[in-house]
Amino acid sequence: MMPELGKYAGAVLSAYGASLGLIVVLVAASLWRARRVKAQLAAVEARRTEGAPQ
Amino acid sequence: MASIWEYANPRKFIRTTDVVLPWVTAAAVLCLVVGLVWGFFFTPEDYRQGSTVKIIYLHVPSALMAINGWLMMLAASLIWIVRRHHVSALAARAAAPVGATMTVIALITGAIWGQPMWGTWWAWDPRLTSFLILFLFYLGYMALWAAIENDDTAADLTSVLCLVGSVFALLSRYAVNFWNQGLHQGATLSMDKKENIADIFWYPLLVCMAGFILLFLALVLLRTRTEIRARRMRALLARERLG
Repeated sequence: MMPELGKYAGAVLSAYGASLGLIVVLVAASLWRARRVKAQLAAVEARRTEGAPQ
Repeated sequence: MASIWEYANPRKFIRTTDVVLPWVTAAAVLCLVVGLVWGFFFTPEDYRQGSTVKIIYLHVPSALMAINGWLMMLAASLIWIVRRHHVSALAARAAAPVGATMTVIALITGAIWGQPMWGTWWAWDPRLTSFLILFLFYLGYMALWAAIENDDTAADLTSVLCLVGSVFALLSRYAVNFWNQGLHQGATLSMDKKENIADIFWYPLLVCMAGFILLFLALVLLRTRTEIRARRMRALLARERLG
């Protein structure tokens, strides 16, 4: 049920495509870095706990 | 009642956002899906602009967050300068890529909308130009954070840059009123019912704006948590190196 966009279909669709694409990239990059940093911090903290005197 | 400054404690911030973040994210997704589907599929063409009016549901909310993202960074930077709370400096850092993306979306959708309506992708119009400068400030702000190793020095210098850039954030909002020239129209939204856009476009636009505000908030919370963890990791690695 695509709406009738007439002669401006290219403009409207490219605006939506570019914007949603940028938002998806931003969200994906934020999630990827969040997971990576969390895992790296956990590894550093585990190393520190192992190295601590008993 | 708990003081707001309690949230300046990184552990308290992470504990609180553990609870808040899923709700903000769900609300953002809901508002974005409802607003964009409503705006794209269920609104009519404008009698002058045809179907290009549907670009408003991306252009106006992203421009709103481009400006207000910088103002949020300004507030966080001022808190850093005055009270030296690390979480506020890290929140400003976390917001910059989100604000920069919003600015790019506003610039791209504006160009795509401008081409059929004005006959040009770009003009050195006061609002367009001040928006481009705002985008360059975002890039400069992120580059400055990345270039300085010491977190406190980086926070100090970027806070000053943020204060300077705020002039352009405000200019990009009021440029049309100040210079009263150029291609870009005045404010799309108005408290005056006669000046404001028609209700049939206004209601889905309101939902989209709420969606973009919530998306910005969710991403800033997520990224601030990441910056807090990254800062702790840098501190631990520095201690390891010292032995």
